[in-house]
Amino acid sequence: MNFKDNKAIYLQIADRIGDQILSGTLTPEGKVPSVRELAAEIEVNANTVARTYEYLQQRGIIYTKRGLGYFVSPDAKENIVASRREQLMQGEMDYFLGQLKAVGITPAELQQIYSDYLNK
Amino acid sequence: MFTINNLSFSYNKRNGNLFHDFSLELNAGNVYGLLGKNGAGKSTLIYLMTGLLTPQGGEVLMEGDNVRRRLPKTMSDIFLVPEEFELPRLSLKKYISINAPFYPRFSMEDMKRYLEIFEMGDDMNVKLNALSMGQKKKVFMAFAFATNTRVLIMDEPTNGLDIPSKSQFRKLVTSGMADDKMMLISTHQVRDISDILDHIVIIEHSQVLLNTSMANVMGRLAFRPLREGDQPIFVLQSPFGALGAVPAQEGEETKVDLEMLFNATLQNPQAIHNLFTASK
Repeated sequence: MNFKDNKAIYLQIADRIGDQILSGTLTPEGKVPSVRELAAEIEVNANTVARTYEYLQQRGIIYTKRGLGYFVSPDAKENIVASRREQLMQGEMDYFLGQLKAVGITPAELQQIYSDYLNK
Repeated sequence: MFTINNLSFSYNKRNGNLFHDFSLELNAGNVYGLLGKNGAGKSTLIYLMTGLLTPQGGEVLMEGDNVRRRLPKTMSDIFLVPEEFELPRLSLKKYISINAPFYPRFSMEDMKRYLEIFEMGDDMNVKLNALSMGQKKKVFMAFAFATNTRVLIMDEPTNGLDIPSKSQFRKLVTSGMADDKMMLISTHQVRDISDILDHIVIIEHSQVLLNTSMANVMGRLAFRPLREGDQPIFVLQSPFGALGAVPAQEGEETKVDLEMLFNATLQNPQAIHNLFTASK
């Protein structure tokens, strides 16, 4: 088991919807599948998908129009980036830094690696 | 939707009661997973719920009506897919024409859609006795879902299904589910169905050891590698370190590991009981 397997399913679904928004498959003001539609498509129970939508709504990534369903927020992309940054800082960064420490990568080396990566 | 009150049942008086003072409530809008070891009484409970066995004490009510009375309005709203069954030597078309009239909400359109999900084609003239075991199960399950009964009970539905059809089965459940329906799936194959369940019921020795939503499990138990200072309820040693079920810390949410939850509940029922009855 690695920490990816360890992530709650509703958050993994939120990540995938976020990916679709960032890649443009889902566009701002575009319609998001209904809870039941998505549940059937990805073979997950509807309460889990409902929880994903609640999570995305709280973060301003999607919103509801009464009686019409869910839509992508106009500023979804910014909100996804902010939400991912928060998630990264809370959990994954800690794991990543632990890995760096375990193999003895110094802060200076890390800085060099990251600069090189950005310049690629 | 279903209320089971103080149920008592035994197949044989000398062996004692399989169920004694057993109570359980099942609500619409949920897909329930009924888990228990061999001999825990899962199938018996299912037969008692569907009026196929008669309890020696207590009652099973569906929407207030005792299932023992087998009222048409009750029986036309319950469908049972047993673990093993025989299909008659008929064409699928004939089978449907004989059996569908018992179910007022049966939909031919749904039947075709579910057969398609199972990649069974739409040949209504296919002879049921010419089908393999797995194909029979698929056709019968497609019919079960197409009856659109509000209660659908399945005993080990994924037994005998090949690898692709386990995913197709999950699609059937998630696309056939609705807020006014209740599904109960009894199984040992927890990995096949973990993601489609809303609610877990674990039974043992005539007792409900755990009856809770998957969301509640996620809020209260974390399934992960153990760390120093953890007070795990269940530990699984592996060559790469210990995994376990530990009380979830504030905001800690992991993917629910049903197998571990089941083992934790059977090995340490008191700790699980305390954790799930604590106020939160």
